[in-house]
Amino acid sequence: MSDCAGCALASPSPRDLPLSFPSPRTIAVVGPPNSGKSTLFNRLTGLRQKVANYPGVTVEHRIGHARLPGAHAAVLIDLPGVYGLTPRSEDEQVTHDVLKGIRPDIPKPDAVLLILDATNLGRHLVLAASVLALGLPTLVVLNMADELAGRGGELDVAALAKQLGAPAVLVSAARGEGLETVQQFLAGGVGVPTPLELPAVSDVPRCRQWAARVGDGASYRAPAPPLWTRRLDRVFLHPVAGPLVFVAVVVAVFQTIFSAARPLMDAVASAVTLAGSGISALLPDSWVRSLAVDGILAGVGSVVVFLPQILILFLFLGLLEDSGYLARAALIADRTMARVGLQGKSFIPLLSAYACAVPAVLATRTIENKRDRTATILIAPFMTCSARLPVYALVIAAFLPERPLLGVLLGTRAAALLGLYALGFLAAVVTARLLKSSILKSEPGAFLLEMPPYRWPMPRQIALRLFDRAKIFLRRAGTVILGVSVGLWVLAHVPLHNGDLPALTESVAGTVGRAVEPVIRPLGFDWKIGIGLITSLAAREVIVGTLGTLYGMEGTSESVGLQAALRHDLTPGAAVGLLVFFAFAMQCMSTIAAVRRETGGWRWPTLQFAYMGTLAYVGAFVANRIVTFLIS
Amino acid sequence: MTLAELPTGGSGVLETLDLPEGLAFRLMELGFLPGTRVVVGRGAPRGDPRVYLVDGSEVALRREMALNIHLRPKEAREEEEKP
Repeated sequence: MSDCAGCALASPSPRDLPLSFPSPRTIAVVGPPNSGKSTLFNRLTGLRQKVANYPGVTVEHRIGHARLPGAHAAVLIDLPGVYGLTPRSEDEQVTHDVLKGIRPDIPKPDAVLLILDATNLGRHLVLAASVLALGLPTLVVLNMADELAGRGGELDVAALAKQLGAPAVLVSAARGEGLETVQQFLAGGVGVPTPLELPAVSDVPRCRQWAARVGDGASYRAPAPPLWTRRLDRVFLHPVAGPLVFVAVVVAVFQTIFSAARPLMDAVASAVTLAGSGISALLPDSWVRSLAVDGILAGVGSVVVFLPQILILFLFLGLLEDSGYLARAALIADRTMARVGLQGKSFIPLLSAYACAVPAVLATRTIENKRDRTATILIAPFMTCSARLPVYALVIAAFLPERPLLGVLLGTRAAALLGLYALGFLAAVVTARLLKSSILKSEPGAFLLEMPPYRWPMPRQIALRLFDRAKIFLRRAGTVILGVSVGLWVLAHVPLHNGDLPALTESVAGTVGRAVEPVIRPLGFDWKIGIGLITSLAAREVIVGTLGTLYGMEGTSESVGLQAALRHDLTPGAAVGLLVFFAFAMQCMSTIAAVRRETGGWRWPTLQFAYMGTLAYVGAFVANRIVTFLIS
Repeated sequence: MTLAELPTGGSGVLETLDLPEGLAFRLMELGFLPGTRVVVGRGAPRGDPRVYLVDGSEVALRREMALNIHLRPKEAREEEEKP
């Protein structure tokens, strides 16, 4: 954050700053949850940032540079969505502190961009009272102009601006309509607001009455209720159809991840093989070729293959969030969450944990109850994150032949994957129950969830997010996994014996692997898996690259492939044990760091790591024994 | 009469929020203000939590919270209703 604040200050060089009028330099973007704040922010800055049709998904403020007409530049800060400025949750605290200029890492904003939903103006104007009372130059942006007109609402923007004493503009951020006006305002500078009257901002009923008067003064006519939302809820919240749709959606996502991703993954895999033979043809047989093909390409390539699957998962998550279905899913899931002592709001972070635990841990900031929040943080890494997918996919594909279970609907491999997702979920549920009935016991949590209207997800927003995801994944493949692959290749080639390469078992890597072998032997893992378990402490998917490198050096990679090599080295029992180990263990440095930051110390992440590690070890041991017993 | 007692599709006018201060404040920010009409929408499969239509938006609440939200008696409803 601090370096961003630094670039915020540095961005407009002193010569560009006009002396005649105060061009806003730092502009805070403020608005209630679901007002389209982040969409507008994206439109103005082009910076990618998560937008979701779900209250409270933006938990961190983001900073971006706006491109404005003329030579002007502005730095925009996207703040968490709030209904008021009385700080009661951490989201509101961040917004409050930034606007008051009391956050050390963010300069006090020069102006405010206040985004309100024009289809729900009466209630959203309540926030305007608090923001205008700050006395900062403010531009009021009334979003969702298209929906307002489409559903027969009306609003006199000029009259509204007069009453608020601040410029106001009607836009549609989703369609990009009216943005030029916003940009012109930002470039030209905005004055301090002079509202005709302001209520005491701590008195919500007074504020609401004021908002109603302002709305009347601006001839505001609220639009008709969203018809399609009512119609869709008749199905999605139907007592019988609702849960069925819920289950169908989940199954469809997992089946698609396995079947539709297959051709794409094959394409990536052939590209990697092609690159390998290309490099082999170009380079003479030497240690350089070995490093490039057996070390780097085998390691990085075996992980990059999973990019299509991960993108498909994020595509589905994005569609669910942006369409508004996610809030309905949270509603359906609330009873189940309550049974383990949690609440529907925990469902949001837990669902994002299926993509990655790090944003999930950050997303818990919307849970006001501290104990509910800690419990959610502690169980989030049990959710099957996308980094586990490569490991699961590899082991399942190696040991389980694909056969239809329910016709074309569900195959054996997708079913196994679903089972692993269920296992992680079960571990989370049991852990939550334990925590909430002991160290994190609290009063029954309050559940308040605003249901957004259904909206068409915008391809542009989803594409931006997928692009971002792909970038992060490939960057990790190009840094962490590349580094581990090279390091591992070196460790597997030293020490030299009279100038000759050592056998893999005699190398440094082999020695380390054999040193840990006695510990993991009861689980049915050999020393090669042992090396993989060590390297995967950095991030789970690293084990795939590690095994790719190790087996690649044994010369098996080209002829029989990683899957066959695994079948050779692992019994079916040990393979199931390996899956269970990965379902439970907390092998992710990024998550540990996020938990430490969000819980304010090492206490919780240490406990979490030890708990999950123990569970993984015991779970893998038991799974190995059971499967071995069943098969024999 | 409390909000929890209203049938699906039924409506009433809010009177008091018998809840801890922080929670009441949050509800008021979401539109649950005394004098406001609330309509009961659909809910989770077994009717808990339920969605309430209030002041232009839809908010889901659990039954235990709705039990502490009191409605005006029916007679007084008509005249004092907010626009």
